[in-house]
Amino acid sequence: MAVTYKLIETVTVGVGGAANIEFTSIPQTYTDLHLVTSIRESRTDAASANGVSWNLRFNSLTTNQSQRSLYYAGAIPSALSGLDAGFFMWSTTGLDTSNVFASGQVYIPNYAGSSYKSFSSEQIGENNGSSGGRLHAGLWSSTAAITSIQMFPSTGTFVEYSSASLYGIKNS
Amino acid sequence: MTATYEPISTQTLGTAVETVTFSSIASTYTDLVVIINSFASVASDMSMYFNADTGANYSRTTLWGNGSTAGSLRSSSANFIYITNYGSVRTDQGSSVHVVNIMNYANTTTYKTVLARANASVSGVDLTAGLWRSTSAITSITFDLDSTRTFQTGSTFTLYGIKAE
Repeated sequence: MAVTYKLIETVTVGVGGAANIEFTSIPQTYTDLHLVTSIRESRTDAASANGVSWNLRFNSLTTNQSQRSLYYAGAIPSALSGLDAGFFMWSTTGLDTSNVFASGQVYIPNYAGSSYKSFSSEQIGENNGSSGGRLHAGLWSSTAAITSIQMFPSTGTFVEYSSASLYGIKNS
Repeated sequence: MTATYEPISTQTLGTAVETVTFSSIASTYTDLVVIINSFASVASDMSMYFNADTGANYSRTTLWGNGSTAGSLRSSSANFIYITNYGSVRTDQGSSVHVVNIMNYANTTTYKTVLARANASVSGVDLTAGLWRSTSAITSITFDLDSTRTFQTGSTFTLYGIKAE
């Protein structure tokens, strides 16, 4: 039986941290991509409850991006929108409790097609009653196939043990 | 290798249609997932119902954000489950994606719960918990747009089955 949900690659950040996480040469043989993340940044000037967000890019590009998100970092949720400002996810930081990482997932259908690329994402952090998260609708208005994915911290580095796994999903 | 996440059916629309139905769904999985990457003749909310039941047996709670405001809403004794509010189906190809999880769909003792994520970067995001008050196993799922609006050619709908083994 064909495997329809397959791990393409996992990247785990090593000692000293990493300036970015990147998946390159993504095979074009799947229907959808599923990115699963566990992220913490090194910065110590802001806690995750301030909305610290790592940045997602496709094919190393920062143009033609639009997004809307439902954002919660306290008792009252709020909503945000943005255009060409980056796809913002959720990070914990050096000001959060040690060993607390933000969890997230990004689902990208039809990533290899010639239509614009939209994605669905959920990102959360929990730090003993603080931190928060986002529900995220993103659109990369490009007809190019997604061949690489980049993840950048808001500032500083991703700390050791941050990780990201990219899965490919086939619909047949 | 035992496959625990299997594609059951994919529909890539060759013509515009008002509804999309997955029928004769086998009861051999534990949960279902539907991935929808669709666009419409006119921007529209999307609803779903099961087993062709359009009686007043559905309810939902939705958390939404439209880019500037966040809120929530509920509906009860409805004839279907709206899975969008601001994360509606848009008119540009590729511009909206909807992910629908249907838990324990084949059991015949409990009502059926749906968790849906709706995403349209031009209008907003939604998270919906839906309920079908029926103990019947789900054997068909229908997605519908408002009024006579149509899903456009090239829209894709894929149904996956997940086995808890």
